[in-house]
Amino acid sequence: MLVFAFVFLAPIAYTIYLSLYRNQLVGGNSFVGLDNYTKALQDSQFWSALGRVSLFLVVQVPIMLALALIVALAIDSGRLYGKAFFRVSIFLPYAVPAVVATLMWGFMYGNQFGLVKNINDWLGTTLDPLAPNIVLASIGNIVTWEFIGYNMLILYSALATVPTSLYESAEIDGASQMKIITAIKLPAIRGAITIATIFSVIGSFQLFNEPSILRPLAKNAITTFFTPNLYASSLTFSGQQYNYAATVAIIMALVTMVIAYVVQLRGSRDR
Amino acid sequence: MRKFLPIAAVALLSLGLAACGGGDDSSDSSSSSSGTVSDADVTAALEKGGDLTVWAWEPTLKQVVTKFQEKYPNVKVNLVNAGTGNDQYTALQNAIAAGKGVPDVAQIEYYALPQFALGKSLTSLAGYGADALKADFTPGPWSSVTSGGTVYGLPMDSGPMALYYNKEVFDKYGIEVPKTWDEYLDAARKLHKADPKAYITNDTGDAGLTTSLIWQAGGKPYTVDGTNVTINFADQGATEFTKVWQQLITEKLIAPISSWSDQWFQGIAGGTIATVATGAWMPANFTSSAPGGSGKWRAAELPQWTAGGTASAENGGSSLAIMDKGTNKELAYGFMKYANDGDGVQIRVDNGAFPATTKQLNDPAFLNTEFKYFGGQKANEIFAKSAQNVVTGWSYLPFQVYSNSIFNDTVGKAYVSSTTLADGLKAWQEQSAKYGTEQGFTVK
Amino acid sequence: MSTALRTRPAAADVPVAVKRRRRKSYLLTGLVALFAIYSLVPMAWLLINATKTQDGLFTSFGLWFDDGKFALFSNIHDTLTYQDGVFVRWLGNTVLYVVVGAGGATVLATLAGYGLAKFDFPGKRGVFAIVIGAVAVPGTALAVPTFLMFSKMNLTNTPWAVIIPSLVTPLGFYLMWTFSAEAVPDEILEAARVDGAGEFRTFFKISLPLLAPGIVTVLLISTVATWNNYFLPLIMLKDPDWYPITLGLNAWNAQAATAGGQAVFNLVITGSLLTILPLIAAFLLLQRYWQSGLAAGSVKE
Repeated sequence: MLVFAFVFLAPIAYTIYLSLYRNQLVGGNSFVGLDNYTKALQDSQFWSALGRVSLFLVVQVPIMLALALIVALAIDSGRLYGKAFFRVSIFLPYAVPAVVATLMWGFMYGNQFGLVKNINDWLGTTLDPLAPNIVLASIGNIVTWEFIGYNMLILYSALATVPTSLYESAEIDGASQMKIITAIKLPAIRGAITIATIFSVIGSFQLFNEPSILRPLAKNAITTFFTPNLYASSLTFSGQQYNYAATVAIIMALVTMVIAYVVQLRGSRDR
Repeated sequence: MRKFLPIAAVALLSLGLAACGGGDDSSDSSSSSSGTVSDADVTAALEKGGDLTVWAWEPTLKQVVTKFQEKYPNVKVNLVNAGTGNDQYTALQNAIAAGKGVPDVAQIEYYALPQFALGKSLTSLAGYGADALKADFTPGPWSSVTSGGTVYGLPMDSGPMALYYNKEVFDKYGIEVPKTWDEYLDAARKLHKADPKAYITNDTGDAGLTTSLIWQAGGKPYTVDGTNVTINFADQGATEFTKVWQQLITEKLIAPISSWSDQWFQGIAGGTIATVATGAWMPANFTSSAPGGSGKWRAAELPQWTAGGTASAENGGSSLAIMDKGTNKELAYGFMKYANDGDGVQIRVDNGAFPATTKQLNDPAFLNTEFKYFGGQKANEIFAKSAQNVVTGWSYLPFQVYSNSIFNDTVGKAYVSSTTLADGLKAWQEQSAKYGTEQGFTVK
Repeated sequence: MSTALRTRPAAADVPVAVKRRRRKSYLLTGLVALFAIYSLVPMAWLLINATKTQDGLFTSFGLWFDDGKFALFSNIHDTLTYQDGVFVRWLGNTVLYVVVGAGGATVLATLAGYGLAKFDFPGKRGVFAIVIGAVAVPGTALAVPTFLMFSKMNLTNTPWAVIIPSLVTPLGFYLMWTFSAEAVPDEILEAARVDGAGEFRTFFKISLPLLAPGIVTVLLISTVATWNNYFLPLIMLKDPDWYPITLGLNAWNAQAATAGGQAVFNLVITGSLLTILPLIAAFLLLQRYWQSGLAAGSVKE
C-alpha cells in the first residue's frame, strides 16, 4: 500500500497541483486556478482527440471482443483439431512488445515497397493504410492483433471454470449448441466479459504507443493531437506545457473512470 | 525559471518523504557565466582533470573522446547517447526541470539552440573568449550559435545543402541535372512520365526541408528580437517555394514516403527516388544505410530559385553547448573546444562528419577526397562552395522545437488533402503565433 | 455460481468422457485457423526478414526469403556484438526488471487482492474505486510528475526508477481481487479458522493452491507488461547501460535518422525476434503450469 501511495497517489496529487498553474517561457510560473480546465473544454484539438478515441472505442473494442469470444468459444467447444496449437498461436502476438509490433506492421503497411504494395499490385487496388482517413483503422488492426489473444485467454479461462456438467445435461436434453452458448456459457462468464470490456475501454482511451511509434511513417495522418494521450505527451515534451498537459490527463482520467464505472455497474447488475 | 519547492511540498505532504531540496536552485546563472575565464584557466582545468558528462548522439564523438582522454589523462568523459534530437531535448528539459542529472555538455541542433538559450539553460560563452573563434567557423553555423548577440555554443557540424541525384536514373531517361527549381519540376514530370514508379524525390512534409528551402529562396519568415517575435510565411521567399512545391504535390510528382523510413532507403538504393536535397552530412548516411546505391549517385549544387544564382542554405547541423546547471564549466569548455575547434574536428572529419570549420573546409586533402558512393566524385568541393554561399540573416524561433512538432498538423494537410501549401503555412504561422503568445512572447 | 455447483451431484451419472469424445469439426477448425494465420503472419514476416541483410531487406519480397543469402546467423552474431555487445546487456537489464519488477508485482498483487477480498474493513469500496481510478489515469500523465519526484530522490537513471513503478499493477491487483473472491470459498476459510489454523497457515496451506491459476495469470501479465515497458524507461533512463531491450531497439531504429548514423534495420528486426523468443518460451512453460493450475482450480468445491 505504501508503494501504491508512492507510485500513484503522490504523482496524481502533483498532477492536480500542476494543472492549477501556468508556466511560461517568458513570464514564469503563476497560479491560474481552473483556467486550464476552461481552456481544455474549449479546445477543439482536445475534443477531436477525444472523439477519435471514442470512435475507436465503439468500433474496435466490440469487434475485438466479439472475435476473442468466438475464438474462446470455439477452443472451449472441444471440436477443434489441434486446439493447443491454436490457443498458443493466437495468444502469441500478446508476447510481442508494442514497440516491436508497431515497427513490424509499419514495415508491412508500406504501400510503396511494403507488403501492402505487393497486395495492391496483386489485387489492382491502391489501398494506403497510412492515409489520414484509414490510419485509425490500421491502428485498430494492430491493437486487435495484439490483444485478441489476451482477451481470448481471459474469456477462455472463465469458460473453463464453467462446470461441464451444466451443459452436458442440457446437451442430453437436446439443446442446440447456440442455445447452450447463449443460455449457459455466456451468463456464466459475464464477469470475465465485464473485466475484458473495462480494460479494453481503458486501453482505448489511453491509446498511445501504436500511434506514436507509427507517427514517423504517417506524420500527416497522425497529428500531435491524434489521441488525448498523444496530445498530452506532445504538449509536455515538445511544448513544455506541463500544466496544460496535466489538465488534459486529469480530464481524461475522469472520463475514463466514469465510463469504466458504468460498464462495471452494467456488468454486475444482473449477476 | 521553474520552481521546485512544490515538488518537495507535495512529497512531504503525501508521504513524509523527500528531504527538502527547495533551496538549491534559487537563481539563474550565478556562477561563472558572467566572469571571464582565460585560456590558461581552461588549460589548468584540463590538466587537473575531473569528470565530464556529455550528452550527444553524434557517432563520431566516440573517437574524439578516446583521443581526448589520451591527451588529458586526468579527464574522464562520460559520453551518453540520451536519444536523438527531440528525445534528447525532452530528457534535457526534464533534467533541467528536476534540477538534477543535467549533463555538463549537450549536443543541440541549431534550430533548437535559441529555445535553450532563451530558457537560460545554457552558459553564455562570452566570458570564455569564444567570440574570438568566429573566424574559425563558416558564417552560417556561427550565426546559428549566436542568439541576441551572445554566443551560446560552438558549431560541431554543418549542413550546407546540395542536391544528390541518382545519375544512373537520370542517364537512363536522358534527364539533365536541374539548375533551377523550375527545371527540377520539369525533370520531375519527365521522370515520372517515363517510369510511373519513379519519383524525383520523396516528401511528406518536413519542417527542416521547408524552412531550409525558404531560407535559400531568401525568405525570412522569422524575426526575433528578445521576446518580440514576428512570423510571416507570406514573404517573397516563401511564395517562391510554395509555387514550385505546390506543383510537385498537385501533380503527384513526389513519393509519399517519409524520410528515414525503410521505404525511403529502399527507394534510394533501388532507383525509385531519384534525388534528395539535403545537407552535406548525408554521404555518410548513404554509404552506411543504402549501400545498394553505391556508385550510382552524385552530388550537385542545389537548384536555384533565380536562374544564374548561387544561393544556398543550411539544413540540419548541431552544436555543443555548456549547460547552465552543469558543473566544472572550464573543463566543459576545454572539451568543446577540443572537439569542435581543435584536434577533434579532423578526427570527426576522418570518420565521415561534415565540419563547420573553415580550416577543414579549405584543406586540400579534404576537398580532394573522392567519394566511392559518388563514383569517385570530389563532392566536398561542392559542399564547401555551398557553405560559402549560405544566405545570411536567417533566424529560428525561440520555440522552434514546438513549432516544428506541429508542422505536420498544419502544413502536412497540404500533402494529403486539398488544402494548399500556402494555406498550410498560414495555419502553421497562426498556431505557432498562438503558442508564442501563450508562452508570453509578443508575436506579430 | 454457487447454485451451479450444487447441481453437479445430480448430473453425476452423466459419463465424464462426453466432452473428450465430441465430434471434431473441420469448419470450425478452418475458421479458427484463419485467426491463427492472422496472428502468425506478422511473426512469419519477422522470422523471414531476420534472415536478410540490410540490403536484402530493401530489395526482396517481404514474405519470402532473399534468394541465395541466408544471413540469420550473421545477423544474430551482429546483433549480439554490435556496439560492444550492448544488446546482451539490455537483455540482462530486461530480465532483471522482469524478475524483480514483475515478480514483486505479483506478490504484492496477490497479497493485496486476497486481503481485500477476504477481510472486511471500513472503506473497502473506496479502495476499490481508487484502484479502478488508478488504472484509468493515463500513464503518460503520471510519467513526468513521477520523474520529477524520483529525480529529487536521486532515483532516476538507476534500475529502481523502472522497478518501483512496475511493482504496482492495478490490473493484477484487480484480477487477484476478483479471482480470490470467487476461487476461495469463504466456507473453507471459516472451517479452517474454526479448526484453529492461523491466518498465515490458512493462506499458505489452503488459499495459495486455490489461487495458483490466478497468480500465474497475473505473473504472466505483469511479465509481459514489464518486458514490453517502453514509455516509463524512456523518461527515467538516460544511460544506455540501463536500457531495457525495447528502448534499445528503438534507439537502434532511430539511429538511421541521424547525420552519420547507420541504418541497422536488419539488426532491429533480428533483435526484435530475439526479444520475443524468451517471452514465447516463458509463456509456453507457464502455460503448462497454468493449465494444471486451472484443472486444480476447477475442482473447487
